Amino acid sequence: MAYIPFIVVVWILMVGLYGIVTSRDLIHLIICLIVVQSSTYVLLLGVGYVTGAVAPYFYDVPVHTPAVDPVVQALALTDVVVEAAVTALLLAFAIQAHKRFGTLDPHELASLKG
Amino acid sequence: MTQAQRRLAFLLGSAGLAAFYLWGLFGLPGFGNYPGPYGFIINRIAVGQTDATGVVSTVNFEYRGFDTVGEEFILFAAAAGVATVLRRLRGEQERPAVDEAADRQVPPTSSAIRMIALLFTGPVVVMGWWLASHAQTNPSGGFQGGVILATAFVLIYLSGEFVVFKRISPVDVTDVVEAVGAGGFAAVGVSAVAMGLPYLSNFLPLGSVPGAVSSSGTIALISFFVGLEVAAAFILIIGELLEQTLLIRQGGQ
Amino acid sequence: MIAAVSTPYTVPVAMMDILQVTILILVAAGATAVVLIRERVRQVLVLSVYGVLLAVLFLAFQAPDVTLSELTVGAVALPVVLLLTLAKIKKREE
Repeated sequence: MAYIPFIVVVWILMVGLYGIVTSRDLIHLIICLIVVQSSTYVLLLGVGYVTGAVAPYFYDVPVHTPAVDPVVQALALTDVVVEAAVTALLLAFAIQAHKRFGTLDPHELASLKG
Repeated sequence: MTQAQRRLAFLLGSAGLAAFYLWGLFGLPGFGNYPGPYGFIINRIAVGQTDATGVVSTVNFEYRGFDTVGEEFILFAAAAGVATVLRRLRGEQERPAVDEAADRQVPPTSSAIRMIALLFTGPVVVMGWWLASHAQTNPSGGFQGGVILATAFVLIYLSGEFVVFKRISPVDVTDVVEAVGAGGFAAVGVSAVAMGLPYLSNFLPLGSVPGAVSSSGTIALISFFVGLEVAAAFILIIGELLEQTLLIRQGGQ
Repeated sequence: MIAAVSTPYTVPVAMMDILQVTILILVAAGATAVVLIRERVRQVLVLSVYGVLLAVLFLAFQAPDVTLSELTVGAVALPVVLLLTLAKIKKREE
């Protein structure tokens, strides 16, 4: 139990990388990149968890209740929203690449010149 | 290199990477045995120091506020990048956003979609606003509230036409709102400097009751600005993609 | 700190363990499904379901803020952007 989340993190990373390496379509590649990013969120939250503790919100629990680590939650929270915008930028590049080269296959894109 | 060779090379490389990664992760203290002092320290002192009961938001906007300024400007740059990359290139033409064959028989949007979208738009806007302005008390904050506000505009597009979406969120107004959001955050920090304190210190009076809406000084203000900026950035991105799909055509100059 | 604190929001530690392991296995399966599907629109919809699964996982890790973010972004905003891109590409290909 102590290391199951970390095994899942490594599995998600490897599966996402496999998708990126063997992809024949730029959109499929970008979606596999999203999966790779999600493995880091699971890792961040897994590092900060305290067994038997509550969420770090003290509105109706007393202040000295044991709570999980709030720093990694703050990191993961802004991470999720910002990566979505960066993914939108990647998709805009994919649209323009499709316009210019007529294909979305990464192998063919690599061999076209100019 | 053929596809099979590429796959074999990847499997060998990834086995090595997975082995090293797992070896590193097994050196951690384990899931649930969090050792480090910072989480416990912040949980203990945050409510007393800032009068805010949502500790994650205090970390985001107060203890680690400088990093959040950086991340917000990443969002700003990404929205500007999308607007730049999806511009009208030479060799394309942009049609105006009016209906050209206005008397053709258009199958109307399904009534179910229209009813649900119109029913939900109001509550979604209210919920996004509520989330963006209550960062200090609940699990909420500028980032989540902003995305939910942008979703309300997508609902309007789904229930009507693209023309309606354009009329409700013109690019000029959305640009100004985004700039106000991003600049407001930086301005709050600069006004702390103008008072002689370090950048982004909490200089507004903390409320009397921890967890009230008007407590926690600059955290609520910053969260409001962040909500504006995130909503405007996502509306810009979606608007640019819609324009690219519906308006820009080949040919012409 | 092994016993769960007794607030209205916590369950016994054993139940929490079982819940977390179940959701972790579902998330791993979801990630595999997202990668192995090759048709475009279907993959976007499976990505949306994966976003909801991740949100439930973050909730089981006692992180409601990250749950909200992942729900709105991963299940709504990101598939909208992806589907608009797919519409543009399909329009050019026909």
